[in-house]
Amino acid sequence: MIHFVLLISRQGKVRLTKWYSPYTQKERSKVIRELSGVILTRGPKLCNFVEWRGYKVVYKRYASLYFCMCIDQEDNELEILEIIHHYVEILDRYFGSVCELDLIFNFHKAYYILDEILIAGELQESSKKTVARLIAAQDSLVETAKEQASSISNIIAQATK
Amino acid sequence: MGSQGGFGQSKEFLDLVKSIGEARSKAEEDRIVLNEIETLKRRISEPDIPKRKMKEYIIRLVYVEMLGHDASFGYIHAVKMTHDDNLVLKRTGYLAVTLFLNEDHDLIILIVNTIQKDLKSDNYLIVCAALNAVCKLINEETIPAVLPQVVELLGHSKEAVRRKAIMALHRFYQKSPSSVQHLVSNFRKRLCDNDPGVMGATLCPLFDLITVDVNSYKDLVISFVSILKQVAERRLPKSYDYHQMPAPFIQIRLLKILALLGSGDKQASENMYTVVGDIFRKCDSSSNIGNAVLYECICCVSSIYANPKLIESAADVIARFLKSDSHNLKYMGIDALGRLIKTSPEIAEQHQLAVIDCLEDPDDTLKRKTFELLYKMTKSSNVEVIVDRMIDYMISINDNHYKTEIASRCVELAEQFAPSNHWFIQTMNKVFEHAGDLVNIKVAHNLMRLIAEGFGEDDDNADSQLRSSAVESYLRIIGEPKLPSVFLQVICWVLGEYGTADGKVSASYITGKLCDVAEAYSNDETIKAYAITALMKIYAFEIAAGRKVDMLPECQSLIEELSASHSTDLQQRAYELEAVTGLDAYAVEIIMPADASCEDIEIDKNLSFLNGYVEQALEKGAQPYIPENERSGMLSVSNFRSQDQHEASIHGLRFEAYELPKPSVPSRPPVSLASATELAPVPEPSYPRVTQNVASVPSVSSADPSDLRLRLDGVQKKWGRPTYTPSETSTSTSTSEKTVNGVTKVDAARDTIYSKVRDTAYDSRKPDAEIPLEKQKLAASLFGGSSKTERRASTTSHRAGKASSHVIEKPQASKASDKTVAEKTIVQPPPDLLDLGEPAVLSRSPSIDPFKQLEGLLDSPQVPSNSNHGAAGANKDSDIMGLHAETAGSGPSSGIVNPVPTNKNDLDLLSGLSNSTTNNALGGTPTAHSTQVSKGPNTKDSLEKDSLVRQMGVTPTSPNPNLFKDLLG
Repeated sequence: MIHFVLLISRQGKVRLTKWYSPYTQKERSKVIRELSGVILTRGPKLCNFVEWRGYKVVYKRYASLYFCMCIDQEDNELEILEIIHHYVEILDRYFGSVCELDLIFNFHKAYYILDEILIAGELQESSKKTVARLIAAQDSLVETAKEQASSISNIIAQATK
Repeated sequence: MGSQGGFGQSKEFLDLVKSIGEARSKAEEDRIVLNEIETLKRRISEPDIPKRKMKEYIIRLVYVEMLGHDASFGYIHAVKMTHDDNLVLKRTGYLAVTLFLNEDHDLIILIVNTIQKDLKSDNYLIVCAALNAVCKLINEETIPAVLPQVVELLGHSKEAVRRKAIMALHRFYQKSPSSVQHLVSNFRKRLCDNDPGVMGATLCPLFDLITVDVNSYKDLVISFVSILKQVAERRLPKSYDYHQMPAPFIQIRLLKILALLGSGDKQASENMYTVVGDIFRKCDSSSNIGNAVLYECICCVSSIYANPKLIESAADVIARFLKSDSHNLKYMGIDALGRLIKTSPEIAEQHQLAVIDCLEDPDDTLKRKTFELLYKMTKSSNVEVIVDRMIDYMISINDNHYKTEIASRCVELAEQFAPSNHWFIQTMNKVFEHAGDLVNIKVAHNLMRLIAEGFGEDDDNADSQLRSSAVESYLRIIGEPKLPSVFLQVICWVLGEYGTADGKVSASYITGKLCDVAEAYSNDETIKAYAITALMKIYAFEIAAGRKVDMLPECQSLIEELSASHSTDLQQRAYELEAVTGLDAYAVEIIMPADASCEDIEIDKNLSFLNGYVEQALEKGAQPYIPENERSGMLSVSNFRSQDQHEASIHGLRFEAYELPKPSVPSRPPVSLASATELAPVPEPSYPRVTQNVASVPSVSSADPSDLRLRLDGVQKKWGRPTYTPSETSTSTSTSEKTVNGVTKVDAARDTIYSKVRDTAYDSRKPDAEIPLEKQKLAASLFGGSSKTERRASTTSHRAGKASSHVIEKPQASKASDKTVAEKTIVQPPPDLLDLGEPAVLSRSPSIDPFKQLEGLLDSPQVPSNSNHGAAGANKDSDIMGLHAETAGSGPSSGIVNPVPTNKNDLDLLSGLSNSTTNNALGGTPTAHSTQVSKGPNTKDSLEKDSLVRQMGVTPTSPNPNLFKDLLG
């Protein structure tokens, strides 16, 4: 099971955090501090895995961004690396050549996408197409909602003229 | 939309994000965030906030919380937002609450109602959002509120809803297994779902269920195997392919389940052999995901009933992993090796050099994994080398969590396999000295007990040797500053119990040392208690032996100090000591028999010795005692309260402050004893009799399954070694030394005494343990059977020819293990023979180092053999899979990064120019455009983003020039 997902920039800035196991705010800060200390200092050729407090943290660097996932001892690290990659590919497809800036300003969208890939700490869907379709459906709904809202406000505006 | 930037948020928010991005220190960032929190607090409580504005505030709260600050003042607004009818707002609300709240938060109760409503919604997107929230927020108590609806959703027409419903049930199972137990049939049904996503999701709860109860699911073996077969044969829709592998994530889950089902079940395993073998064959070992599946296959093979062919395939894969340049694959290889050696221990041998490379790798992760492997393959033949290495590593690290783990592993291995008492004591000393505060207190108790009970069954001599060597080393160590408390407890106890036993050390010397300890650690009451009790024992033994006791002045003052101590325990101990020293030899010997800590004491549970006293009391008119269970009719207070307590426990609430004493009081041992064992803060009791009690009552130690108990059965076997006498040692050592060059000949005739010789080998090797071992040496000592070093030294001229012959034999071999394999092929005789030969060489400590020579010889032939396996590129692949931006620059790497370039143009992976692109884009120079052309359709995207951001005034400055870099580029 994945206990949490962290996105940390090379400067140690937090870009996204998702906790699947209960952690208090204090613990969260501590975890982030501890792990960014460990991961950001690791050399490029070393393992993408770190053993940490009886768990394993799998991380992967994309440009200046580190994607980290904390898993149980018996989980398959290589699989988690690919889950990270799967997520990045979907982000890439969604944003079109995703870069860190996309995630900085659209972190809530990154959360929505993550929610379609992982749920309760497990991979819920491994088909990129299915995920893309769901996200698109949600987005179109947002669009229609916006339109509705603006048309209603137009109507109201007209009516109150 | 005037106020909105291109990313859909207000200028204000973008500014916030920007300023955070530019903050140069954590302190500056915190200041900005605290400002933002103030702003939000003010704004969010204003009346009549437009909903869109509110949505933004919530997202800003999420941002603040993500940066590690407390946004709890706004939680309630997020909760309110989930009530909204508008899906966009609702979704934002749900997102926020799932990020903010843990399952035990008070506000959850306010959301349950909304979730219930939303689960019934016609709009499947609303249902999905609600299910996401269910997975995060519903706790054990609220499961019943949503369970029926979630179960109903298993039949929903949208596969996304079914999938999430399954995952929600999976979550429920984790939180409260009993809540979903009755739904097993639903899971079985969903396994046949038309949608592969739903089927894949169903494997999660099934895995959990099967882990707990394998036998109820044996009937599914056939189904799982056939699903796996279909997946491997690419029967699933193309969209589930991942990097050209058919649905690898589903394959992995299935393999995990099969590993459970086939464990120790021959029949079930036989069904799996074909499909697992197929996967071994089909897997693309050049991609990371292919290796992930292969690794899972190995796990499966090592778990199910052994099949030689599959084990062979698994061993091949492990060899490939270990020879890879990628640290990731090496790590997985080491892990896989650790799994496979359980079934076929001989595999480890051919990888010894690879393993040692990993052990000496600068990468800590890899190192630790390798220690784990060594731990698994420790036997009495290599325990010294392994434990020494472990301790060295333990001393070198700061990570307390891991230190604790490795310390307890050292202790466990030492207890199980120690070759000699002396070594055992030395090892334990080192562990305690460097990790004393981290090891479990039980480890210390075990050590005391071990020293007290001894190892050999009958050999009293060995026991006393052990004790005197312990005493000797402790007397040496005791003077060192800042010893861990646990270690000092052991020292004090052993010195007290056995310090004067062999008569080598005078009582006054030991008592002086003990007083020093009590003084030096004067704020640690436990140590003081141990020390004073040890003093008492020593004086008692002296008195019993009829010697005159001269109490040292510092000891006198210690007793005086402790008699006035605030700690009643210390006081009692001090007074007891005074009392004991005043008695005559006969009495003292009964109170404090020498070396009796292991003897059983009989406890008079009926308290018969009190009978006289009771009768006296009754005669004087006291009320007879009525056992509590016969008192039901009486309205005694205690009875009333105990009923109360009983009821309370039913409701899960308790209102009273104190536990009542259990009704088992009458069956207790005498009060004095009971209090000593149960109330004294110091686990080590004040009388030896009580020690016996602790040690001999099995329930004390066996109650805790995780307890680090001694495995005494094993120990005795290992250490008994009645045939191994010193005289034999010397002779066999000398023979082995004499026959250095003709070892093999001699050995052939020696199989019978081989094991003894083996033991000797260590002894002869011991002196070398201190100097840094070279790899071959290490390999030899770790793997017991290897090193043909000596042989090779004399036959170097054959090397080249042999090496090439090996290449023919094993075309797959590659450079990493060339040395090993070369050695292998030269020397065919069974490894045990070489085990003898090798240490002999080591113990010679030759003036010319044969290893150095060998290394020189090995280097040159290695090159051609390397080119033989021209496909060495495969080694590089995995490294490239790392996908670091830096490595992605080169041509071949991107080819691997994106094995399906044709259908992934949009991913833009092929552009090897990302680095320059990014830099240029930043500079905004014209070259940016020219290079970006090669990026195809995405040029426009990037440029748009760039200009958009610039418009908003977000120009990334020096602290982070990479913001624009494509993550996948």
